[in-house]
Amino acid sequence: MSTQANLDSLPVAGELKPGFVAVAMSGGVDSSTVAALLLQHHRPIVGLTMQLWNQRRLPELQGDGPAQHRCCSLDDVYDAKRVAQHLSFPHYVVNFEEQFEQRVVRPFVEQYLAGRTPIACTNCNTDVKFEPLLRMARQIGAERLATGHYARIRKDDHSGRYQLLRARDDSKDQSYFLWGLTQEQLSRSEFPLGELTKEEVRQLARSVDLPVADKPESMELCFVPNGNYVQFIHAYAREEGKPLNDKEGDIVTEGGTVLGRHTGVHNYTIGQRKGLGFTTGKPIYVLAIDPEKNRVTVGEDDALRAATFEIENVNWVSIDAPNVPLRAQVKIRHKHEPAAATVEALPGLRAFITFDAPQRAITPGQAAVAYDGDIVLAGGWIRNSR
Amino acid sequence: MKRIYLDYNATTPVDPAVLEAMLPYFSGDFGNASSIHTFGQRARAAVETAREQVASLLNARPQEIIFTSGGTESDNHAIFGVLQSLLHTQPAAHIITTAIEHEAVLNTCQALEKEGVAVTYLPVSRHGLINLQDLRKAIRPETILITIMHANNELGTVQPLEEIGRIATEHDIYFHSDGVQSAGKIPVDVKACQLDLLSLSGHKLYAPKGVGAIYIKGGTRLRQLLYGGHHQRGFRPGTENVAGIVGLGKAAELARSSLADDAARISALRDHLEQGLLARVPDSRANAAAVPRTPNTSNITFPGIEGEALIIALDLKGLACSTGAACSSGAVEPSHVLTAIGLAASEARASIRFSLGRHTTTTEIETALEIVPAAVAQLRQLSPTYKKEVPTHH
Repeated sequence: MSTQANLDSLPVAGELKPGFVAVAMSGGVDSSTVAALLLQHHRPIVGLTMQLWNQRRLPELQGDGPAQHRCCSLDDVYDAKRVAQHLSFPHYVVNFEEQFEQRVVRPFVEQYLAGRTPIACTNCNTDVKFEPLLRMARQIGAERLATGHYARIRKDDHSGRYQLLRARDDSKDQSYFLWGLTQEQLSRSEFPLGELTKEEVRQLARSVDLPVADKPESMELCFVPNGNYVQFIHAYAREEGKPLNDKEGDIVTEGGTVLGRHTGVHNYTIGQRKGLGFTTGKPIYVLAIDPEKNRVTVGEDDALRAATFEIENVNWVSIDAPNVPLRAQVKIRHKHEPAAATVEALPGLRAFITFDAPQRAITPGQAAVAYDGDIVLAGGWIRNSR
Repeated sequence: MKRIYLDYNATTPVDPAVLEAMLPYFSGDFGNASSIHTFGQRARAAVETAREQVASLLNARPQEIIFTSGGTESDNHAIFGVLQSLLHTQPAAHIITTAIEHEAVLNTCQALEKEGVAVTYLPVSRHGLINLQDLRKAIRPETILITIMHANNELGTVQPLEEIGRIATEHDIYFHSDGVQSAGKIPVDVKACQLDLLSLSGHKLYAPKGVGAIYIKGGTRLRQLLYGGHHQRGFRPGTENVAGIVGLGKAAELARSSLADDAARISALRDHLEQGLLARVPDSRANAAAVPRTPNTSNITFPGIEGEALIIALDLKGLACSTGAACSSGAVEPSHVLTAIGLAASEARASIRFSLGRHTTTTEIETALEIVPAAVAQLRQLSPTYKKEVPTHH
């Protein structure tokens, strides 16, 4: 007998009572397993898959044949549909292409062109998944939206606040991308995978024969078909009728000494070591990118380190903004090991962060997220360092 | 839950009588209509009967009907066929069509534009009708084809084909119409409209998907699209889809005999639905309701809502209707038809199409009148754009 049998007694399409949960389904194993988990707990669900980006756009980035195994490719949409069919719950594809372009893709490109190193996933969470998608979920009658994020939400009985916590599985934790969520958004969201490891998720997926149980993980930006985001930015800018200035220019030290030539500022990121086109005996890194002066500044590892910086658009997630500086562990990019720091809230949704020890490559455009143990205290966009 | 289907313009169920007529041709009378033997002859006879049935629905002669795979093929055949038969004798070519055609016509015209053919897309009024003066003004010496749909799929508006046919004849221009949404709903008379070409689709009139027809007026020079055997006089090769063709024939016969009764009954239900929704949902507006339209179609704007969310909310409550045009993944894209009648993008996205059919009942309409206003209210409550204040009544 198939393992599907234990799901057969569960509520099926068409008999949904008010209070069901909408599941944001990408067609991958994580969000598909969320659907299976909720059904196992006898929660009625409706699957929603966002169509975010038309993969037929920017045809020069496409290889031969149809786009495959990428976010928003028809394959992923069909995978989500297959899962819904397999577990027999209602599923719909919803079009958020316009919102995704306005709130994620365009800001990403603009930030990049301004010499920053943007992250698209945070905006997508804050401004697409937990904004128009959550609203649509509520409009179709869902109480909440469940996603495949690895993070946890907990209601603090003392303060009455919803708190955002790191996932149990630290290697999969995605709380770094979720710091923008408001209390209202947190109160309407569920992250059922927060207590599980990736391996447990895959096992669960296999145990209910999910058709995507062994699907490989997507690691890259979902809207960049071939993973080459520099190429994507060029193609997007061309489509917008504003082709990039790919003028060569100087690579200089902080003192202004010219060390070499760059091939266009857009081809560099802060902290980059390889591909500078020259060697100096010691390892050398990109420190800053200045599109206005068409200049890339480099320096040694020491120069890349800084202790103080400011963040903006700060969201105090799990606590009210504090009146006094507080101690926290601060993470300045997804793969950064959180480091001890003091965080001081400033007026105008800003905060000043001082690391106990200088950290490498505090990069404008990335986010800094402050933790107290597992709890996400606050997050904000990095403005400037030093 | 008993689901209610109000999306007959998307597709219709195969009528039981149609299914019954088709069944023998799958395995009993399975012959190839081109074969000499008795198996073939029986299939041939069935195909020719169907041809007569379709011809008689359109007031055409049987030899003027060619069976195809559906509306899209028929539209392609008509437009490419005319253009390619004339291109080598005419240095410049021009087509006149409208801004609200189905993609099967629009995208075919756009493909020809890339080949150097000039195309005029006539605008429509806010009710979805073309202006005959615009048509006359658009005609050029090199205009070789006018292709204007009979009834619009999203609004139901019916274009004045007789007047257009008169103009086309006066100027000796080929006249094609996409009749996919009109055949079976309102009378289609190819003679009265002086049509040279008309496209039909089976699944919009209770025949199965995958079969359609094109009317080609006797004497019309049309380059064929497909090459192959001698089927259908070599003009549209490919072994005939006998069962499907039989189904289309039977459906055409049913449509002819029940058209008047169906139209009266369905339009009464449609009007009841439309009036009821306009009365029960504040600020709602019916689109293109003041002009001739197919008896089964109602398009309503509910300001402040996202049509996509409403469709899902309604489907979860067991009511099927639609918005815009479906794309390959099932996600909804904004409607070029609603934009063409002057709706803002937000209004177009807030518009829903209800299309009724032969099997729609009064009870279903009453249920819809309960479900839809409640769903709209629920959506508006969470809408960032819908004004919260109570509208002032006089």
